[in-house]
Amino acid sequence: MFTYLFFLYCAVMIVGTGLLAITMRNPVHAVLMVLILFFHMAGLYLILGAEFLAAVQIIVYAGAILVLYLFVLFLVSLRDEVKMDRFVTSAWLGRIISVGLAVSLIAMLPTFVLGQKGHWPMAAVIKATHTKALGMEMYTTYILPFEIAGLILLIAVIGGLVLAKHDTPTTIEKS
Amino acid sequence: MIPLSWYMSLAAILFAIGVCGFLTRRNLIMMFLSIELMLNAVNLNMVAISHYLESMRGQVFTFFIITVAAAEAAIGLGIAITLYRSRKTVHVDEVNQLKG
Repeated sequence: MFTYLFFLYCAVMIVGTGLLAITMRNPVHAVLMVLILFFHMAGLYLILGAEFLAAVQIIVYAGAILVLYLFVLFLVSLRDEVKMDRFVTSAWLGRIISVGLAVSLIAMLPTFVLGQKGHWPMAAVIKATHTKALGMEMYTTYILPFEIAGLILLIAVIGGLVLAKHDTPTTIEKS
Repeated sequence: MIPLSWYMSLAAILFAIGVCGFLTRRNLIMMFLSIELMLNAVNLNMVAISHYLESMRGQVFTFFIITVAAAEAAIGLGIAITLYRSRKTVHVDEVNQLKG
């Protein structure tokens, strides 16, 4: 019963803060709404028995990615943003497309059939603890994708540095 | 036990919210934020299905999606900064130099 109430609370908060995030005038407020959304998403991960992913969700998404968004928002001009129109001129088309997408996705749900069961029932995960179970899968079966993910992060770091680098050869000559 | 379809409906609605934000907002940074919403919807779907399938596969994949989201945020925001530096705007409808 408590799980149902918690799920409904999280669902209402996620949909509400998501709608607020894409409609709010001030981008900083929108980012803070997404922060609340990520916390409730972590709550849903908890009732699904994925504690490690809930922690990663809060640490990586709420702690790192959103702070990056806030930094970049403050780097670009924010003062004119609150006075300007925040939607493109053909926004109604996007709204129609997204409502149609939501309706068609939910209408397709009853045809979904769950596949073959895996090797990690809830009791085994609780016995091994979730972090250990995830690590055992990741470092044995999925070791190659794990390495590739590390490479992608390295490329992203180098790419971000190159993109954000300021080309000022004159100041270097002066110093 | 909450039915799986509830989670999937929530994920579908969140994904549609992300699509709506991506298609309607003018600010490039807000569009990237909408992409994060869509990735989160997919993550929720993955974790829920992985829980009901009694498998770890979806959760491992969610981990990789979080990695890709971090990389995407770093690159995308770098592009936003570069765009602002050269055009003094981050609004996508003002960046129309390639239009014939």
